[in-house]
Formats: sequence, structure tokens, C-alpha cells
Amino acid sequence: MAQTLTARVWREYPQRYRLMANKDKATGDVYFPPRLVTPGNLNAEFEDVQLCGKGKVATYTIIRVAPTPFADLSPYALAVIETEEGVKFSAQIADCRIEDVKIGMDVTFEFRRIYEDNEASVIYYGYKAVPA
Amino acid sequence: MRDVAVIGIGMTKFGELWEKSFRDLFVEAAKGALLDAGVDKLDSMYVGCMSSGLFVGQEHVGSLMADYLGMTPIPAVRVESACASGGVAIRQAFMEVASGMSDVVLAGGVEKMTDVDGGMATYALATAADAEYEGFQGATFPGLYAMMAHAHMAKYGTTSEMLAHVAVKNHANGNLNPLAQFPAKITVEGVLGSTMVADPLHILDCSPVTDGAAAVILAPVELANKLGITPIKIIGSGMATDTIALHGRADMTTINAAKVAAEKALAMANLTIKDMQFAEVHDCFTIAELAVLESIGVFEPGQAGPATVDGATALDGSFPVNTSGGLKSKGHPVGATGVAQIVEIVKQLRGTAENGRQLKNVTRGLAQNMGGSGGSSTVHILEVA
Repeated sequence: MAQTLTARVWREYPQRYRLMANKDKATGDVYFPPRLVTPGNLNAEFEDVQLCGKGKVATYTIIRVAPTPFADLSPYALAVIETEEGVKFSAQIADCRIEDVKIGMDVTFEFRRIYEDNEASVIYYGYKAVPA
Repeated sequence: MRDVAVIGIGMTKFGELWEKSFRDLFVEAAKGALLDAGVDKLDSMYVGCMSSGLFVGQEHVGSLMADYLGMTPIPAVRVESACASGGVAIRQAFMEVASGMSDVVLAGGVEKMTDVDGGMATYALATAADAEYEGFQGATFPGLYAMMAHAHMAKYGTTSEMLAHVAVKNHANGNLNPLAQFPAKITVEGVLGSTMVADPLHILDCSPVTDGAAAVILAPVELANKLGITPIKIIGSGMATDTIALHGRADMTTINAAKVAAEKALAMANLTIKDMQFAEVHDCFTIAELAVLESIGVFEPGQAGPATVDGATALDGSFPVNTSGGLKSKGHPVGATGVAQIVEIVKQLRGTAENGRQLKNVTRGLAQNMGGSGGSSTVHILEVA
């Protein structure tokens, strides 16, 4: 499953490492990952914003049958987190017993190892949520 | 637009068909549809297929299948919309015949999923989600629908027992379908006691990994009449999209793409959902059947679970759903599924559904096919004149 081009990895650093989003200057709507256009407005103007890294679990699951790159991690909690900026995105929840994960629980984001591609000798990093 | 009819259907057995190749599966279904229609020439062909590249290392599927069906040099193209690829093939063929551009068009679907191991199959299927923002985080398809299920439970009080009833009902129907992959009857206790895949979904809440193919032949209604075939008309076709990621939806309990596709198909047919008599819907997971039935308006939000427990969607219920056994029991070769749904609707409207699963006095049915976690959906409405 080697799919490693250097550009493919570093292109995503601002989002994966620093939670960089963008904000529609006219409406104040925040997008993560950043968008080039918004629904209904091809000429939207944006400014970069960094998410504060705090949010709540909107829904979750415990993955017990994992895709190959995540097999060693299984079982793990995966959630949709709604951040204080009103953005929703998916992330694993770490540092927490899987039976303690609940809808509505407060989380913060941390920089973590996501998985290793042994074939390509690359370790992928990004964000995971942990209990606040 | 011209009136379009289904004049032929064909389908392979669904299952772990290790002795059959990707191309042979498609040709078997397509040959069946051609023989059923009594035609030996095609003007063009659409092949629904989600991920032959990852499953069997083969792209350029239009050429391959036209070649092995003995139909070169007709135009043939593979269409992809994840698990809605088959429904999109139907829609493309419908538009080509309705437009007057072609008379006899084959819409088929095929997937060969068991040439790779389970981890690779899970990975291949996960490419129908947002690869950088769901797949990268370790999301799987059972996981995405599990998150939909937890949201549905929190909002409406839906229970694991209600979900299990969907599986039990669909296996009871699949028990009567000679082409089904897993025709065994199951129980609510059996579902709840089965291995957890992604909480709250057990393995018996999930559709299986399947090899299989299905095909239909579409033609103008006048041509069907000339050939002496009772035309099963496609009177509505709709397709819609939604955010690729589940997390992009304002309401993670509704499948808006299915809702909009159904509205479009019903508007084309000049009918309402109340005019539908039965349906095949995309039950890739038990929660999907409930969410879709609520999204397309068969039941109010939160009511599909209780209605299923009450038997409303069973073979003898007020609105039978997935008489074929659905993806759950019949199997889910992803690219073929949308076409196999049309095959079942046509069988029901012809009165030829096997083994006592034939519905009485039905003249109109709906098929809903879905890609990813609801990022795309097609709806078709069929009627026997």
C-alpha cells in the first residue's frame, strides 16, 4: 500500500500539524480543511485562522475491525468532533478508555503519531483528540 | 424525452465466487440480460464498478467488458460513484435512450472483491470516504455508519434491537432468493450476540464482501412493444450529491442525497412517495435502511425503527422493503448493487420473483442506491403499464 509522495505528505502539514482552517471574511463561516470557494459564492474572500483545538464529541464509534495501516491500534475510538468555531471533523480519541467515550464529552486536540507506513518507511503525524 | 423500458434482466449468483473472474462475472450477467430481452445487438453500454483498480488491478473496464461480451466497437464506459456506481449506470443508460441517441443500451454493474484480503478490502472500500480527512484518521465504512447510528440513537432513541430487526427481516427475504450470498435466517439475539465491528454495529448489521454482477437492457417503450415484451417502464430517475465526509453534514442522521434524489425522481414521475408500493433501498448497514426510509419520506424521522419492529417493511407489511434480501443478505458487490436492485424491482413487477417472495398486485416500485456514507445517491421509479 505504498502511496508515499513527499508532496502528498507535506502539503497537508498546515492542517494535520497546526489545525489551520480558513474563514469567509463576509459570513464568518470557518472551514476545515480550508476551501477555495463556499457554497453559492465563487468569489468568497478568506483569511487563514488556526482552530483553538477545543471541541465536543458529536458522535463516535469504536473501530474493532481496522484497515491494514491501523490494524495494530485496534480497537480505537473514532469520533466526529465539533470545535468551538462550529467546525466538525473526524479524529481518533486517545488517552481515554474506549468505554468512557460519550457523545458530548469535551476534548482538546494534540499532535500525535497517526500510523506508520513500513513499506515506505514513513511515519505519519497529525491530530488526535484527548479528553479535556 | 422518450419513454424508456427495461426489456431484459440478468444477474449472477452473489457470493465468494473464487472460480469466476472479474470479466466472466460481468459477461455472465450481461449475456443473461441479452438472452432475456431476446436481442443480440447493443448501441452502447455502461458498466458500474467502484474500484476494480484496487480489487483486481484493472482499469479501462469499458473496453474490457465490450471485448469479452463480443460487442466491440460499441461505445462502452465504466461509471463510478462508489457503491452507487450501478445506479449511475442505470441513469446514464436511461438518459441515452430517453434522449433518442441510442435504442438498445446495457446498464450493468460488477465488483470482484474477494481477490484481496479483508484488510485490503476494507481499505479499498474506505476510499469512498474522504481519504485525507476520514480515511487518514482510521475511519472505516462500518465506522462511519456506526457514527451515524450513535447520532440516530441519541436523537431519536433508536436501539440496537431495532437495527437487528432490519437484518432479521432482510435475511428472511434473502432466504427466498436463490441468488443471495447469505440466505440463512437469523434472529435478533443472533445479531446482538455477533462480533462487534464498530460500536454499535455488529457483524450481522453489516453487508458482506461479495463477488457478483447484474445487468439490464433498456430500450424505448415502442421497441419493447414491437418485440412483444411487457415493458417495465422507468418513469423517474434522480441523482443527488452531499458532502463526501459524514462530518460535513449539519444533520448526520439524514441522508440528504437520498432525499433530493427521491424528490427529483418523484417529480419526474409526477407522483409522491405515498404512491410507491415497495422499495429496494441501500441497506449496506442496518442503520442505513432506517435513515434512508426516513430521508425519502416513507416514515417520519425516528419512526423507521419502530415501524420495522412492527413488521411494516416485511414481505407481508404495508410497505415491503428489500424483498431481494437487500445488500445485507443478498450480498453487496458494490458496483453491481444498484443494478441488482433494478433486477429485483423488475422481477416483482413481472410477477416472477422466486420462492414465494412475490408481492401481490404490485405495479410500482422504487430503488434507492447510495455511495459512500451518503455522498451520492440515485433513485429510480419503475412501473408496469
